[in-house]
Amino acid sequence: MSTDVTERSDLDALPQAPGGPPGLGALGWARWFWRQLTSMRTALVLLFLLALASVPGSILPQRGPDPGKVDQYFTQHPQLAPVLDKLSMFDVFGAPWFAAVYLLLFISLAGCVLPRSWHHLKIVRARPPKAPRNLSRLPESDQWTTDLPPDEVLERVRTTLRGKRFRVDTADDSVAAEKGYLRETGNLLFHIALLGLLLAVGAGGALGYKGNVLVTEGDGFANTVAAYDRFNPGRGFSDGGLQPFSFHVDDMHVSYINSGAQRGQPSEYEAGLTYQAAPEDPKLHHRLSVNHPLNVDGVKVYMIGQGYSPTFKVVDGKGNVALNGPTPFLNSDAKSMTSEGVVKVPDAEPDQLAFLGVFLPTTVKTSSGLVSAYPGPLNPTVTLLSFKGDLGLDNGTPQSVYQLNTGKLQKIKGAPHTLKPKQWYTLPGHAGKVQFTGYKHWASVAVTYDPGRVPALCAAVAAIIGLLLGLLIRRRRFWVRATRGADGRTLVETGGLTRTDAGGTFAAEFEELTTRLRARTGTAPDSSHPTSQGKE
Amino acid sequence: MSTTGLAQLSDDLTLLTGLLYSLAILGYAADFAFGKRRAAAAVHPAKEAALVGAGAPVSGSDDPGSADEPAAAAPAEEPGRMSVSMRVALGLTGLGLLVHFFSILTRGLAAQRVPWGNMHEFILAIGFGAVAVFMVVVWRFKAYFAGLFVLIPVVLGIGLASTALYTPVGALMPALKTNYWISIHVTAAVTASGTFIVAGAINVMYLLAARYAKLKADGGEIGFSGIARKMPEASVLDRLSYRIAIFGFPIWTFAIVAGAMWADQAWGRYWGWDPKEVWSFITWVVYAGYLHARSTAGWRGQKAAWIQLLAFGCLMFNLFGVNIWFSGLHSYAGL
Repeated sequence: MSTDVTERSDLDALPQAPGGPPGLGALGWARWFWRQLTSMRTALVLLFLLALASVPGSILPQRGPDPGKVDQYFTQHPQLAPVLDKLSMFDVFGAPWFAAVYLLLFISLAGCVLPRSWHHLKIVRARPPKAPRNLSRLPESDQWTTDLPPDEVLERVRTTLRGKRFRVDTADDSVAAEKGYLRETGNLLFHIALLGLLLAVGAGGALGYKGNVLVTEGDGFANTVAAYDRFNPGRGFSDGGLQPFSFHVDDMHVSYINSGAQRGQPSEYEAGLTYQAAPEDPKLHHRLSVNHPLNVDGVKVYMIGQGYSPTFKVVDGKGNVALNGPTPFLNSDAKSMTSEGVVKVPDAEPDQLAFLGVFLPTTVKTSSGLVSAYPGPLNPTVTLLSFKGDLGLDNGTPQSVYQLNTGKLQKIKGAPHTLKPKQWYTLPGHAGKVQFTGYKHWASVAVTYDPGRVPALCAAVAAIIGLLLGLLIRRRRFWVRATRGADGRTLVETGGLTRTDAGGTFAAEFEELTTRLRARTGTAPDSSHPTSQGKE
Repeated sequence: MSTTGLAQLSDDLTLLTGLLYSLAILGYAADFAFGKRRAAAAVHPAKEAALVGAGAPVSGSDDPGSADEPAAAAPAEEPGRMSVSMRVALGLTGLGLLVHFFSILTRGLAAQRVPWGNMHEFILAIGFGAVAVFMVVVWRFKAYFAGLFVLIPVVLGIGLASTALYTPVGALMPALKTNYWISIHVTAAVTASGTFIVAGAINVMYLLAARYAKLKADGGEIGFSGIARKMPEASVLDRLSYRIAIFGFPIWTFAIVAGAMWADQAWGRYWGWDPKEVWSFITWVVYAGYLHARSTAGWRGQKAAWIQLLAFGCLMFNLFGVNIWFSGLHSYAGL
C-alpha cells in the first residue's frame, strides 16, 4: 500500500524463506497467508476491488441517503429488488462484502506500514552509510582533480552538503551524506493517517446519532427520540446520551429567484431559532440557514429543506372548534412547490374528520386543471377531499401523519373543493365546516452528533501532508572521496544513489551538486567543465 | 457594463478562446506532420537533467554562477530548434489562455459570484486549468510536444459547454451561495482535473510511443501509432505523465477533503455516499492504484498507464456521467 515498493519487497523478503507453502505446517501457512495479504499485488487488487465494489452504490438507490427511492425501486422491480436486497445492494457501504474488502485492505495496509514504521524509526537516527570502495560503480558518479589538499576539499564538501541540508558524516578520506528521510516519514504518515481516518469514521458512526424532524414556524423541538420523525442511532449509542437541548422556530423567510432560467429555485431560506442548551440554560438566538448550522454541545442542527404548512380551522358537526392550526404538507415537486398532505381532526364530533389536501402556492388554471406556476405564495389555494368516520387512531397502532388510513372512513360526497385563504367550506350532511385560514413555512431539520468528525478531519489533514512529503521528496545518498594522487594533486570522486526515483530527476540533482562541488573545490580540472575560479 | 452585456461578452470570449485553441491545434498538428523528431531535444539526459534540476526543490539560487549555468543555457538553445508552426501554436495557446481567463472573469462579474456553479462553467474552468498546467509543463519541462493531445480534449470541452451544456448566467441555489467553500472545493477539483487532463494526454502519448516502439522492434505494421515517430521516447513520456499525476493527486485529495468539510457545513454529514462522492472516491482509489502500480514490479510501464487511463475515465465519468444520469445532492451541477 505504499508508493514505494522497493522497500516493501525488501522487507517482505527479510524473514521468510523463499518458496511456496507446501509442508510448512500451520505456522508456515499463516506466514504464507500473511505475506500474500501484505504484498503489494494483493493491496493493488484490493484497491481495485474497493473501487469496483463502490460502483453499485452510485447506480442503485441507497437506503441511507434516499429510503424513498428504494421503496420506489421495489415497486418498479418486484422480482429483482428482493434478490438485490439479499445482496445488500441497497446498503452497499454498510454491506458485509464491502466491509470485507476495506477491512482486508486496511489489514494489508497495517501489515505493511507498521513494520515499516518500526524499521523507519530505527533508520531515522541512523548515520549515512560509509562510502563504498568503488564510487564509480554507483548509478551516478564523477571525478576530477584539484590542487587543494584532501582535508580542505572534504571540509568544503561538508559545508556545501550541510548547506543543502544533507546529513553528513566523515570517515578517513571520504564524506557520506544522505537526505530525504522525510519521504518515508510522509509515506508512512499518509498510510497511518488513512488507518486513523477509518477508525475515526467508524467510531464516530457507532457512537453518534442522526435524526430528522420537520418543524413548522411557531413550533418547537426538544431533543428526545420520540420527537424525531426519523432517528438513526449508531450501534454503540444509548438514548440517555441525547443532549438535552431544545429550540423554537420563531419565524422563517424563503425567497425564490423570480426571473431567468432558474426562476422558481429557492434563492435563500432561513429560520430564526431560539434555543437552549439545557432546560435551565439561557435562551439564545440563531439564524439557521443552509450553510449556517447551529452547534449546541457538539450536536449540529442543519436546515435541509423547507415547505408549506397550510393552516385550517375546523368546526365539527356539534359546532365546536375541533382544529385550529398548521398541518405540514410535503412538496411533491420542488419547482412549483405543489404540496400534499393529510389533515386529521380526531377531536371532531360526532364523526372524526379528515381531509386529503393539495396546496398550490401560485394557482393558475390550465386546461388540465389547477396547477402551481411558481413556488412562492402569490395565489395560494388548497383543494380538499373530505372524509368522515373513524380515523383508527384509538387502537394505538402508530400512523404516519402524511398518510390517511381510509379503512373506517367514508368519503364525503362531492368533488374536491378548492379554497382561497379565509374561505369556508361547509361539509354536506351537517358534518361540520372547514376554513383555509392561511399558511406557514416549515423547516426540515437534520440533527447530527458525530464525535468522529474532528478526529477524521485531523486524519485527513495528516494524510494530505504525508502525501505531499511522500510524493515530492526523494531519499538519496551522496559520497565524496578525496585522495592524494601520485602526481601530488587531489583526486575527488563522487557517487550518488537513490532508491526512490520514480520521477527520474536524481541524475539532474547529482549533476547539479557535482557541478557545484567542482566550483567549490577550487581549481579548474579540465576544459570541458569550465567553472568560475576564485569565487570562494 | 450591464450584467447582460458582460454575460454576452463572456460567451463571445469563450468562442474566441475555442477558435484560438483550434488554430493552435492546427499548428501543433503541422509540427507533428512536418517537424523534425523532437525526441533528441527532450530525451537527452543532460538536457533533461538541467531543465528538471532547475525546478527541483533544492535549486541553487543562492549560487547563481555555477549551478544555474546549464539551466540557463538550455532555454536559450531550445527555441531555436522549434519549428515555426510550433512557435505559432504556442503563441496562439498563450493568447487563447489569456482570452479564456477573461471569458471566465467576465462570466464571474456577470453572475456576481465565483464562476463555477454549473456544468457549463465547470468545463470551461477545467479547460482553463488544463491549458494553464500545460503552459507550466512547457515552461518547466519543455513539453511542447503535448500541445496537440492536451488541446484536443479542451476544445471538445469548450464546444460541448457552448452548445449542449450551455447555461445562461444565473444565480446559485442556497447550498452554493455566499460561501467560501465553493471557491476552495471547486477550485481544487477544477485544478486537479486540469492537471489530470495534461497527465492523461501525455499518458496516451506514452501508450502510443510504447506501441510504436514495440511494433518497430517486431517489424510489424505500424499504423496509427506511427504518430509517435515524432514524439519523445516512451520512457520520457511515462515519467513526465507520472510527475504531473503526482502533482494532481494531492490536489484531488484536498478537493475531496474540502468537499467533505463543506458537506459537513451544508448537509449535516461529511460523507454520505452521494453519487458524486462515490465517484470522487472511485477516481481517487484508481489514481492511488496507478501510483502504486507504477512502483510495483510487474505492473510498471504500460499496465500502470492503462490504470491511469482508467482513473481518468472515472474522473470524466464523475464530471459528465454522474451529473447527467444520477440524481443526488450534487445534481445542481446543472443540467
